[in-house]
Amino acid sequence: MRQYALGAVIPAALLGAWEAVWHLEDFRLESLSRPTDVWRAFLGGMSDGSIPRATVQTLEAALTGFVLACAIGIVLGIVIGLLPRLERVVSPTIDALRPIPSVALIPLSLMIFGFGASMEAVVVAFACVWPVLLITIASVKGMEPRLLEVSQVLELGALERAFKVVVPAALSGIVVGLRLALAIALIVAITVEIVINPRGLGHEMMAAQQALQFDRMYACLLWVGALGWAISEVSLAGIQWIPGLRLEAAGGAR
Amino acid sequence: MKPSTRGMERLGALGFAVALLALWQGLASAKLISPLFFPSPVRTLEALWAQISLGQLWEPLMATLARMAWGWLVASLLGVLLGALIASSGLVRRMTHPLLEFMRPLPASAIIPVAILAFGLSSTMSTAVIAFGSIWPVLLASVQGFSSVDERLREVAAVMRFGTLERFIKVSLPSAMPGILAGARVGLSVALILAVVTEMQASLTGIGQNILMAQRSFKTPDLYAGVVVLGAIGFVTSALIQALENRVLRWRNSAR
Repeated sequence: MRQYALGAVIPAALLGAWEAVWHLEDFRLESLSRPTDVWRAFLGGMSDGSIPRATVQTLEAALTGFVLACAIGIVLGIVIGLLPRLERVVSPTIDALRPIPSVALIPLSLMIFGFGASMEAVVVAFACVWPVLLITIASVKGMEPRLLEVSQVLELGALERAFKVVVPAALSGIVVGLRLALAIALIVAITVEIVINPRGLGHEMMAAQQALQFDRMYACLLWVGALGWAISEVSLAGIQWIPGLRLEAAGGAR
Repeated sequence: MKPSTRGMERLGALGFAVALLALWQGLASAKLISPLFFPSPVRTLEALWAQISLGQLWEPLMATLARMAWGWLVASLLGVLLGALIASSGLVRRMTHPLLEFMRPLPASAIIPVAILAFGLSSTMSTAVIAFGSIWPVLLASVQGFSSVDERLREVAAVMRFGTLERFIKVSLPSAMPGILAGARVGLSVALILAVVTEMQASLTGIGQNILMAQRSFKTPDLYAGVVVLGAIGFVTSALIQALENRVLRWRNSAR
């Protein structure tokens, strides 16, 4: 509790100073809306449905891209992680593709898909696939080798081996990659919307700025911050909640 | 591993990349994939070569690199200083922790509208956005690094009667350096992303603007050429800072 009180000091002081400066007429900046106006704009955006609608649009594209990246990254990661030969053959290609900044694909994706959720989701997926893929490869490689021997002795098929042995053993590593990718997904989605895509929270902010509704712009900015924070907290709680994960991680470390 | 197997694997790795490109080339030539959206690698290379030989690549390339470098340098210096300040007192650390936790997941591009408001559609805006975005990895790493300096090192510094500045330079900074450099590397990739984003958003000279223009005039090979250049920038800058890391942290490896 005391921790929260301490943490509130700086934001409260900043807000107080911001509000106070607004009242000094000589220093008043039109572009720096008053905190109370920002709060009012936030309530207005919530009640007229514009902020919830934009939030749903942003999350839709971010989550679609995230799921796509997870599917590709985990499957490829398991295959590559299990076959060290294959890893050495494909990893230079991966290393060459990974440094391409995801936003470089915005024009291409726009050309292929046009405006909308899918062009955004593809850019998100490109950004998210690398952490998922690389962490999956690493955790599959770091798996207890005796587990694989056991699955051989049990004569499990490839699919069965993947789902009953490899995924559970590598899970504690994979979820870390997923959490990282989820944070990236929101960042990239908002970025695509700010640059070009006329939907979601990013566009809402740009539109508010161009319409000189600065209070609405700040309201959206703070809302985006809250959303990012909430996603980060929820995914952390989600990881800790997965039953038996810690246990297996401890078992996997011998 | 025998040298011959390693050679075989290198050959295999090269073969894999070449095979992918050849497949792409074949599909595009046979018009099985749209040559408008996926021009063949040869056409992309031709476009890239044309840009280089006509001297059109140099200016935007330098503009993007300069943007990245300035924003990243400002962010790294500020990040280390702020980090040291925050870590210097437990009270400040506890006071700033929730704020930092809130700012960390905030998409840096979300402050673009605010930055445009403050600086207009200018290079200053771009630098400010890049600096804002790439400061977080450095700042968090330096808070972490400076607040976990080994107790024995502090005692040594006390015994040697180091002043505050001397202790900072000789003890705290080297001890926090590995984390800071790792953070700076993450910051550098963020800087590249934000350089491209702000160039697209504010029509500033650079590779980011180039690829958007190429898309608007449907010159897809030029668009791909730009993407290749951006990938190369990302690859080379990350390799450079990795080399710097290895050099600066050599003492750490030799000590073990």
